[in-house]
Amino acid sequence: MNLIDFFIRHQREIGQATLEHIWLVGISMLLAVAIGVPLGIIVTRHPWLSKPILGGANIAETIPSLALFGFLLPVPWLGARADRLVITALMLYALLPIIRNTSTGISSVNAAVREAARGMGMTQNQILFQVELPLSVPTILAGVRVATVLTIGIATIAAAVGAGGLGEFIFRGLAMVNDQLILAGAIPAAALALLADFILSLLERRLRPAQS
Amino acid sequence: MKVELDPDSAREPIIEFRKAGYRLPNGQALLEDLSIAVGRGETLALLGRSGAGKTTALKLINRMLDPSDGEILVEGKSTLGWDAIALRRHIGYVIQDIGLFPHFTIEQNVSLIPRLEEWPVERIRARVKELLSLVGLDPDTFSKRYPHQLSGGQRQRVGIARALAVDPPILLMDEPFGALDPLTTGELLKEFRQLQRRLQKTIVMVTHDVGESLLLATRIALLDGGKLAGIFSATEFLSAQEPLAAAYVANFRMYEEAERANEPH
Repeated sequence: MNLIDFFIRHQREIGQATLEHIWLVGISMLLAVAIGVPLGIIVTRHPWLSKPILGGANIAETIPSLALFGFLLPVPWLGARADRLVITALMLYALLPIIRNTSTGISSVNAAVREAARGMGMTQNQILFQVELPLSVPTILAGVRVATVLTIGIATIAAAVGAGGLGEFIFRGLAMVNDQLILAGAIPAAALALLADFILSLLERRLRPAQS
Repeated sequence: MKVELDPDSAREPIIEFRKAGYRLPNGQALLEDLSIAVGRGETLALLGRSGAGKTTALKLINRMLDPSDGEILVEGKSTLGWDAIALRRHIGYVIQDIGLFPHFTIEQNVSLIPRLEEWPVERIRARVKELLSLVGLDPDTFSKRYPHQLSGGQRQRVGIARALAVDPPILLMDEPFGALDPLTTGELLKEFRQLQRRLQKTIVMVTHDVGESLLLATRIALLDGGKLAGIFSATEFLSAQEPLAAAYVANFRMYEEAERANEPH
């Protein structure tokens, strides 16, 4: 019952850190979607760009997060503030699943549907925005879901460079060998990940078009 | 093969192939030296085996493909001189797999091009009702349904309604009655024949079915290995000496003979 007491006593700090965490992840995900979806579309339009774009995103994915923070530190504008640095890193991690799912979603649109659209006289843009993207929304959202859950976990390391978030408690707990502190960071982070997963999967199911 | 016009539609040709050919980037020819003129209001069947170049010829008409040789004239103008989008909206297009948009209701599917052409809402609504009734679907029942809630035959009807939406003078159909059970195909064919008489469209249809060609077409263009093997009217086709045409006819007659053989003596 100790832990519950601890949570109640420190609810303001935990709440604060959770909000910071959500902010870091939220901004990163918005940027990742804003950049990743167009990149995913480009990949389907120009297959020769698929290797460099997906390859680049793949490489970003494999760099350990602490090392990535280190690499970004000397970058002029980005390295100046911890939150900029962390948001950039998190966004890079989120890109791959979003780019990949966007291009998969678009290329798995039924060939007959695409041929009918073209044959009826729809322009490339009309086909993209009225047919291909709406039909890809569930697949793209699945990518966003994977990316969000991943990012919520990685964001705990943001505290290492002083960007705050739930990682604060984990790092402090590790330093002070205090399990309660570690759990004060880990439990809300896990709960956030589950919650995000749940909400996005609900959205994904709702937007799935009827099967033909 | 010389250019010949159907005698009773010797009006101006609305579609004309002039020595048209199409080759894949690797040089393989899918269609060679095709010359046919299709008169306004005529129904031309492109008959042949798989790989004979029927669909290729069809796709050259609405610029789904551009010819590698020769040219195709639509309304007297080379397809290459047409804006592809304008050309396609001038021509209805029905494919075997229909390709209805699964995320659109039947109403939205049928009204897509009128909506893109920014027709007034009232006119669109009236047109959808008119079209669905035309193809034998009750507008009140079907407007709000999605494609997956329809049977194959009903979907095919919606495909035809959608192709007719902006009342194009030309209709291209790629095996529109295939992939259905024979009874449904039969019903659809019968109704389509009436529709065809009423609307007076110029129709080019791809088929591998002799019965379908004889039933609907004013003329049959027989394709073999990417080349035109002959153009026939229905009566000419039934007595044609051309080997492939004769083979098709013999195959077609087989059913009649089966019927005769089973008659009680």
